[in-house]
Amino acid sequence: MAKFQGVDYFDTDSLLSEEERMVRDTVREWVDDRLLPVIQEAYIERRFPRELIPEMAELGVYGANLPEEYGCAGLNNVAYGLIMQELERGDSGIRSFASVQGALCMYPIFAFGSDEQKKEYLPAMARGEVIGCFGLTEPDFGSNPGGMITRAVKDGDEWVINGAKMWITNGSTADIAIVWAKTGELDDISSIRGFVVPTDSEGFTARDQKGKLSLLASDTSELAFHDVRVPDSALLPESGGLKSPLKCLTQARFGIAWGAVGAAMACFDEARSYAGERVQFDGKPIAATQIQQTRLAEMLTEITKAQLLALQLGRLKDRGSMRPQQVSLAKRNNVDMAAEVAREARRLLGGNGILVEYAAMRHMANLESVYTYEGTHDIHGLILGQDITGHAAY
Amino acid sequence: MNIIVCVKRVPDSEARIQLSDGKTSIDPTGVKFVLNPYDEFAIEAALKQKEAAGEGSVTVVSLGGPQSAETLRTALAMGADSAVLLKTSAENPSGLPVARALAGELGGREYDLILFGLKAIDDDQHAVGGMVAELLDIPSASAVTEFAIEDGSVRADREVEGGSEVVELSLPCALSITKGAYEPRYPSLKGIMAAKRKPLEEKEVSLGEGNETVRLAPPQERAAGRIVGEGPDAVPELIRLLREEAKVL
Ligand SMILES: Cc1cc2nc3c(=O)[nH]c(=O)nc-3n(C[C@H](O)[C@H](O)[C@H](O)COP(=O)(O)OP(=O)(O)OC[C@H]3O[C@@H](n4cnc5c(N)ncnc54)[C@H](O)[C@@H]3O)c2cc1C
Repeated sequence: MAKFQGVDYFDTDSLLSEEERMVRDTVREWVDDRLLPVIQEAYIERRFPRELIPEMAELGVYGANLPEEYGCAGLNNVAYGLIMQELERGDSGIRSFASVQGALCMYPIFAFGSDEQKKEYLPAMARGEVIGCFGLTEPDFGSNPGGMITRAVKDGDEWVINGAKMWITNGSTADIAIVWAKTGELDDISSIRGFVVPTDSEGFTARDQKGKLSLLASDTSELAFHDVRVPDSALLPESGGLKSPLKCLTQARFGIAWGAVGAAMACFDEARSYAGERVQFDGKPIAATQIQQTRLAEMLTEITKAQLLALQLGRLKDRGSMRPQQVSLAKRNNVDMAAEVAREARRLLGGNGILVEYAAMRHMANLESVYTYEGTHDIHGLILGQDITGHAAY
Repeated sequence: MNIIVCVKRVPDSEARIQLSDGKTSIDPTGVKFVLNPYDEFAIEAALKQKEAAGEGSVTVVSLGGPQSAETLRTALAMGADSAVLLKTSAENPSGLPVARALAGELGGREYDLILFGLKAIDDDQHAVGGMVAELLDIPSASAVTEFAIEDGSVRADREVEGGSEVVELSLPCALSITKGAYEPRYPSLKGIMAAKRKPLEEKEVSLGEGNETVRLAPPQERAAGRIVGEGPDAVPELIRLLREEAKVL
């Protein structure tokens, strides 16, 4: 397998520190050596390649931007973004796994958890020994999670959880679920709290979502809670209101804005090399035709813009001045960009473009999930619209 | 067990190489440089030894320009404990002056074992390891695929044409490592962070005279393939060409 050489038309490498490049190159090499050789088969077998969980832990991928005192790598956010970029260059499903583990499960324990919870879970999760999933979305509440009807009711020194969650990544792989539930009345959004629920709790069931046509190398499940009892120590003490899960989503969306660039880079790279080799009419490669050249030019232009957007977003996050609306803009733009690039790459490849031996259609199908999860493209448009005009339209 | 590993910064094997104007060196612009892959085997071997022994240290030493510090930090990120950069402005110096400078540095250090990669993939000289050992007057073995240390001596498997050879050397000694038992680890992300805090000493060195590179040339472009005919009728001609021209049958 040839080593990926990157796509870097504007020398963004020179904007990275040596350490950031070293992190990127390490994960890049791992993806070439370990992920790409197995991903096609995993994809058609519709399974998450679980065997890679310990290797990613050894690299230090999980929660890589969380502090070293909890066994994490303590990287800055640009380095973290570069990890997501490289993982998603391999497959969105693998990046999703790492996003959920790090940004949606380790982050809330870090941000809202007690010292005991941090010590109990974070090092074990960094080592990949405890896998998490994040349960916010419900069958009737997707874009509007504040409407959730899952409830947690205090009973002595226990909480009793009832309800259901849908579309939960890692749901049937996970050892713990971060479950968001209302602790007060159903119309009281401020009563939403987070709980760390062991998936072997009595009354907890996870069922694989059947019939997916996207993100096939990833677990997606429905969770159901029937009188699930957890001790008071399962509550994330600092969580409160819808803003708590939304803060987690900001972390994950940040990684997605980078990840999408990786998927687009993979598709562009594949399309460029295919165009150079595929000969039609008069013995000339299709790369010598004007149509394919402007197609490639469009792809490269959009990728380059998205790279600069992601990088500046990372610098803002590292400076502590990033706003969630900026993350919305980057997630919305970069995922849409990647979905377009993947589609164009698939088309450039002709009939081969529909085969799993090439990456374009796998990325194209995956990116439809990425377009929808973590706030749909539309919803991020509405978040921006509100920020621009001061009027909420959702 | 103190182990010293000598490492070199080289162009990535996938890099597209252009020659600089004088045609005696390569043009580094836009070329990605990496830790020499054979040196990665040597680092892995050193780390395995240290881990098995449960004590000791691994020091990496490189001779090169200021950018070689990055290469040394890669080795530190893999797990080496400390690094020394022998800084020179000389462009692609030849084996003997490099070996003299390395031996000058290593001679003043305590070591049980010195490891090298079998060769550097840029100039392919296979020279420095053996020369350093000679200059330090210690035994050495090249092309080692695996080794074990017992009671002050090293048992090393060497790769020889079509098989392997086992040699025994007494410590301290020098080995050059090739592909075999030591599949290099990835630097961990934590290791990359830790590398910043590990000692990296820089020293200026001046090199003595060595070979002078008169000219570098890219390999000849491969000629286009030739179609000698179609179907079974073409077979006799194909066999004749394979025999007489390509001389592969
Ligand atoms: C593969 C996959 C993995 C997922 N993983 C997780 C997970 O791990 N954890 C988790 O909690 N959730 C997860 N989700 C859920 C995901 O976040 C939701 O699917 C998403 O928020 C959209 O919700 P919905 O599917 O209910 O669509 P809906 O909210 O019903 O939206 C349907 C359509 O209506 C549009 N729409 C909605 N509201 C408005 C409005 N006000 N104005 C205009 N248009 C509107 C949407 O943009 C969309 O086009 C996952 C989803 C997928 C597909």
